[in-house]
Amino acid sequence: MGKKRKGQIVTISGSFICLALILRYAGLFLTFADGMMIVAAIIAGYPILKNALQALRFRILGIETLVSVAVIGAMFIEEYWEAAAVTFLFTLGSYLEARTLEKTRSSLKSLFDLAPKKATIIRDGVETEVSPDEVIQGEIVLVRPGEKIPVDGTILKGSASVNQAAITGESIPVSKRKDESVFSGTVIEVGYLEVVAEKVGEDTTFSRILEMVEEAQENKAPTQKFLERFAAYYTPAIIVLSILVYLVTKDLVLSLTLLVISCPGALVISAPVSIVAGIGNGARKGILIKGGDHLEKASKVDVVAFDKTGTLTVGKPEVTRIKSYHMQENELLKLTARAEIGSEHHLGRAVIEEAKKRFSDSLVMADEFSVYMGQGVRALVDGRELWIGNRKLLMENGINIPNDVEMDLQQEENNGQTAILVADSQGVQGVISIADVLREDAYELVSQLKKTGIKKIVMLTGDNQRTAAAVAGRLGIDDYYAELLPENKVLVLKGMQQSGYVVAMVGDGINDTPALATADIGIAMGGTGTDVAMETADIVLMSDRLDKLPYVLGLSRATVGNMMQNIYFAVIVVTVLLIGVLFKTVFLASGMLVHELSVLLVILNAIRLMKYKGIVLSVRGKMKATSVEC
Amino acid sequence: MMKNVSFQLEELTCPSCVKKIETMVKGLKGVLEVKVLFNSSKVKVSYNETVIQDQEIGKNISALGYEVLGQK
Repeated sequence: MGKKRKGQIVTISGSFICLALILRYAGLFLTFADGMMIVAAIIAGYPILKNALQALRFRILGIETLVSVAVIGAMFIEEYWEAAAVTFLFTLGSYLEARTLEKTRSSLKSLFDLAPKKATIIRDGVETEVSPDEVIQGEIVLVRPGEKIPVDGTILKGSASVNQAAITGESIPVSKRKDESVFSGTVIEVGYLEVVAEKVGEDTTFSRILEMVEEAQENKAPTQKFLERFAAYYTPAIIVLSILVYLVTKDLVLSLTLLVISCPGALVISAPVSIVAGIGNGARKGILIKGGDHLEKASKVDVVAFDKTGTLTVGKPEVTRIKSYHMQENELLKLTARAEIGSEHHLGRAVIEEAKKRFSDSLVMADEFSVYMGQGVRALVDGRELWIGNRKLLMENGINIPNDVEMDLQQEENNGQTAILVADSQGVQGVISIADVLREDAYELVSQLKKTGIKKIVMLTGDNQRTAAAVAGRLGIDDYYAELLPENKVLVLKGMQQSGYVVAMVGDGINDTPALATADIGIAMGGTGTDVAMETADIVLMSDRLDKLPYVLGLSRATVGNMMQNIYFAVIVVTVLLIGVLFKTVFLASGMLVHELSVLLVILNAIRLMKYKGIVLSVRGKMKATSVEC
Repeated sequence: MMKNVSFQLEELTCPSCVKKIETMVKGLKGVLEVKVLFNSSKVKVSYNETVIQDQEIGKNISALGYEVLGQK
């Protein structure tokens, strides 16, 4: 039955009930008043009965069946007022529930509305408009100002400022030009783009986010699962109890009332509404929470571990100083850059970038190249064997580090620089210092996290002790672990878990995948487009902003708090009603009223979560204080 | 041939509806898998095309009392 129909039924049967009540209190046309009640009961009761019969055809007993039985019973014993009131309240209740539930789900719906509806492409040399799903990979898509980019792809021509709010939750536009990637669902504010379609339809980042959010909502929190198990036993138990009550008291009305009133409606809905509102709130801010269980786990986090490079730092290291002992500074740089050409390591890339800046001619690749994980590289450049990396690399390959070089190294590292050694068969040739700028919002991060209730903040890094200490000191981080290989990070996390901490790991997702998977909660930052991060992490912060982290931890606490309020409230209501029915102080109509009201209150409480804006003081205290406002 | 279809229903309000729809659709001949998404009010069904048609599944859901608003 549609929402509109329900609304009409409520109005019509409600008016009949009002008229009948007026007549009754006026003491006029009493049989006529009864007749009106019967009409009201039939108008509101017919759809309920129809639903009950439809379900019965498939041998399913639902709440409609119970209500129908109770109403027919009430009519039978000439309790017309009860019959009319119950059917009216039941319909009104489900009408209002649908309207309010829609609200808890609206933030997700608005996300779905951001999906692009059309694409302009060049097909057979002609400009054609098609649905975004019909674009073929490799086709060229034209996007004009104010239009949504309909595919994921690379810019072929043009430049534009693009609002990426659909993906990152950030509404400040970013500028995009040739060869850069753009995402489906983002909007061109100014400019014009021709984009080569790479991912289309269901494969775009935006579609995958929607799909994940949709799945995430259904992914149940442990508390929710417990409630459902409870309901599975509770309902049959009530049926048995009602039969027993009837056998003992021979009171049909009492046992029917019991059957209808003790339906655990508010209880069953208490957890899912809070979780949907919480996930929806996050989704609107560019935070992808992969489900109720992760949300519940995140609310218990007391240690947050960070990866340094790319997470606390901008992730674009630059060469800050070149110290050459025997040759020209530029010559050393050129040699090192040539040796690093095959390297994917961010430090290697920094050296190559610097070389590109200084020399116009292209770099010739090394003849031989091999990587020593966590140490550096060995390369053969013009027949000269080069070792480039940290102390460990040199020591393990029998190259001595003289005292003056060691002094230089330490001095650089104490300044928070990462220093790499360059050596050949003659010994150490130079030291190249590389530094990565700390993110601006990293400075406030620690205090914000502490406000959220996090006990300890640690940093895990592959970088050396001194650099790590310098960064940790500058940011006020409690603890740091340096010179870690990816597998060491896993061990450190496991150690903390064994000492009883619930640990969240924050990383940029690619090299941190094992650590993200090990932590109780893996949080990936800047998830735009990196598939591994989106798949492995439990929570994805689509934008690159660190302040989303305290936000999401606060949100998870608020959501779980809200869910617990709902559960306690629902349990109390059901218990009170049950006792009331058994002691004959609560009757069918009044019981139904309280029951429907409790369901509505639970939903309204969850709606408050959608307005959650971040931690001001202590979230827990604040939520408790305002929990009675609706 | 296995096919997938997803029905958008009117707002689902009670988690018990989920069970109801799931049980019913699962009972249809030719239906291989059913997933009812409570929060997005969607039913995702994979079915055997040679045994049952998507319209028939939709009709059955409507008959159970849940209006089908659209399908994909």
